[in-house]
Amino acid sequence: MKRFSGILIAIGIFASFGVGAMEDVRAPLQREWSFAGPFGTFDRGQLQRGFQVYKEVCAACHGLNYISYRNLIDLGFSPTEIKAIAAEYTVKDGPNDLGEFYERPGRPTDRFFRPFDNDQAARAANNGALPVDLSLVVKARENGSDYVYSLLTGYENPPPGKELPPGRFYNPYFPGGEISMTPPLHADLVSFSDGTRASVDQMATDVTVFLTWASEPTMEQRKKMGVTTIIYLFFFTFILYLLMKRIWRRVDG
Amino acid sequence: MAKQPIHTRLVKWIDYRLPVFTFLSHALEKYPTPRNLNYLWSFGSLAGIILVLMMATGIFLAMHYDPNAQYAFSSVEHIMRDVNYGWLIRYLHMNGASLFFIVVYIHMLRGLYYGSYKKPRELLWIMGVVIFLIMMATAFMGYVLPWGQMSFWGATVITNLFSAIPIIGESIVSWLWGGFAVGGPTLNRFYALHYLFPFLIVAIVGLHLIALHQHRSNNPIGIEPTKPKDCVPFHPFYTIKDLFCLGVFALVLSAFIFFMPNFFGEAVNYDPANPLVTPAHIVPEWYFLPYYAILRAVPSKLGGVVLMFASVFVLFVVPWLDTCKVKSARYRPLYRIVFWTFLADCIVLGWVGANPPEGYFILIGRLATVYYFAFFVLFMPLLGKFERTLPVPESFDAAKRCRL
Repeated sequence: MKRFSGILIAIGIFASFGVGAMEDVRAPLQREWSFAGPFGTFDRGQLQRGFQVYKEVCAACHGLNYISYRNLIDLGFSPTEIKAIAAEYTVKDGPNDLGEFYERPGRPTDRFFRPFDNDQAARAANNGALPVDLSLVVKARENGSDYVYSLLTGYENPPPGKELPPGRFYNPYFPGGEISMTPPLHADLVSFSDGTRASVDQMATDVTVFLTWASEPTMEQRKKMGVTTIIYLFFFTFILYLLMKRIWRRVDG
Repeated sequence: MAKQPIHTRLVKWIDYRLPVFTFLSHALEKYPTPRNLNYLWSFGSLAGIILVLMMATGIFLAMHYDPNAQYAFSSVEHIMRDVNYGWLIRYLHMNGASLFFIVVYIHMLRGLYYGSYKKPRELLWIMGVVIFLIMMATAFMGYVLPWGQMSFWGATVITNLFSAIPIIGESIVSWLWGGFAVGGPTLNRFYALHYLFPFLIVAIVGLHLIALHQHRSNNPIGIEPTKPKDCVPFHPFYTIKDLFCLGVFALVLSAFIFFMPNFFGEAVNYDPANPLVTPAHIVPEWYFLPYYAILRAVPSKLGGVVLMFASVFVLFVVPWLDTCKVKSARYRPLYRIVFWTFLADCIVLGWVGANPPEGYFILIGRLATVYYFAFFVLFMPLLGKFERTLPVPESFDAAKRCRL
């Protein structure tokens, strides 16, 4: 065990030294997002469509562990709608008074439905690859929103001479270029209730907005509070400046 | 004689038994401070205020954080999502740490520029270096607590440095870890120490202040005040100046926490710690990058570790390395050049530390390391001997006339 950890560390240090050579990855496309900048907010329509893409496509393999159904209130759903959404899922609960586990319909306070019971089950169902939890995917990658969008729309035929192992796909935005995720989106995969045409680009954009929200649901509150705080502090500091000048006039004057 | 108002009598009653008001009056209203201090002298009080901010936010974080390898990561997300204003408290703590280092670095560089460590302020400087050392340890352990990928691997790489010590190195590392790898016991003890160390810092800050009040602040011209009118009482003159600086600082801090809260961080730390997957690029927090560059400038592990520790410990002997009698760099044209080169050198070291040590980074890193040490052990003693300093004004008044 001791030797094993030593080897791991050696690999770690070596890897940290050799990063420049390893990074065989294309820089993500730069999109203009409504949530960017100090006044940025999420578009409710995009959020709801993105949730639909997540629910109907991504959720087959990817969990969203840190989000509960009740959080969907941020997307503009009503409490009744949220209850209905949660109730679509069956949740294992228990033990009850008889010591038994039982199944019940989901409630708004439940965390999002997990597609697999554990990582081993997830790997077994996915050709050995583990579909990452998406709760923090946007924050855990450099230029997260651009990265997720680019990855979803970036599948290509492998360059000539590149051999891919079975079950792998070529995606230049993914580090190393070989990804185990099947190209997830194709046109008209979902039908949006607001009549928006479900092109790959549209679905990728919307689900990226949804995942950006999921990685930090407090972002809008944060930016709003930031604007008032900055305005307040600006005036406060200006008054302190005037006061400082006034006090120092006693000795400078 | 008219009876005094109730609050005056209460203050007198208390002060007779517990002289806190007399103490405050001595430390503020009657404390003479050189009147020519520039804005750089506000960074000391600013650092003190940030220490309080860090402890206040830290205590609230501790109420919701779970120092268990299995739950640490999700308890931080719980703070970010479910605790009311938890995101604000955590972002204050996170960005507060980075700005704390910026403020303390400026405070230290000000000391180096104006020779504030020279007689009779040697111990004042040394107390400061002790604070800096404990601060580095606190920051390092704090970064481990969210238990993300960089927390885990940063902890692994840094604690492994101790294995370079001959013979007992391996045992020391296992002892630090509480096992054979960074894990639950490591997280638990780092949490305990991360909570303890700030209180040690407060204690040393107390000593730092006692030493400061003994011989009072240095000043930009580096001669001691001779006449009473060279000084002003600390309150209200420097309380208001420091408050104004606090306002500016609060604006900068707000810009970070509200609009780019993850600017100083590494994205990969939002991936939970995984001992089986090594991040492509392990880097410490930005404020340790220059030391990281020095560590990697030497091809031998032990040599690198020794040099890295030396780069901080050399600060302890600065009062004796610098043999020049003139304090302020204002009257030391050559020292001024080597000082600004030193500052640029530290930035270069930081940039090298952020990049993989390959190609020309290796050479730049080595040259920058050589200059870092040359500044202290070569230029400081030599300039004291050979530099032709400019005439130092005899009094504050003379200095003022010179400037006009």
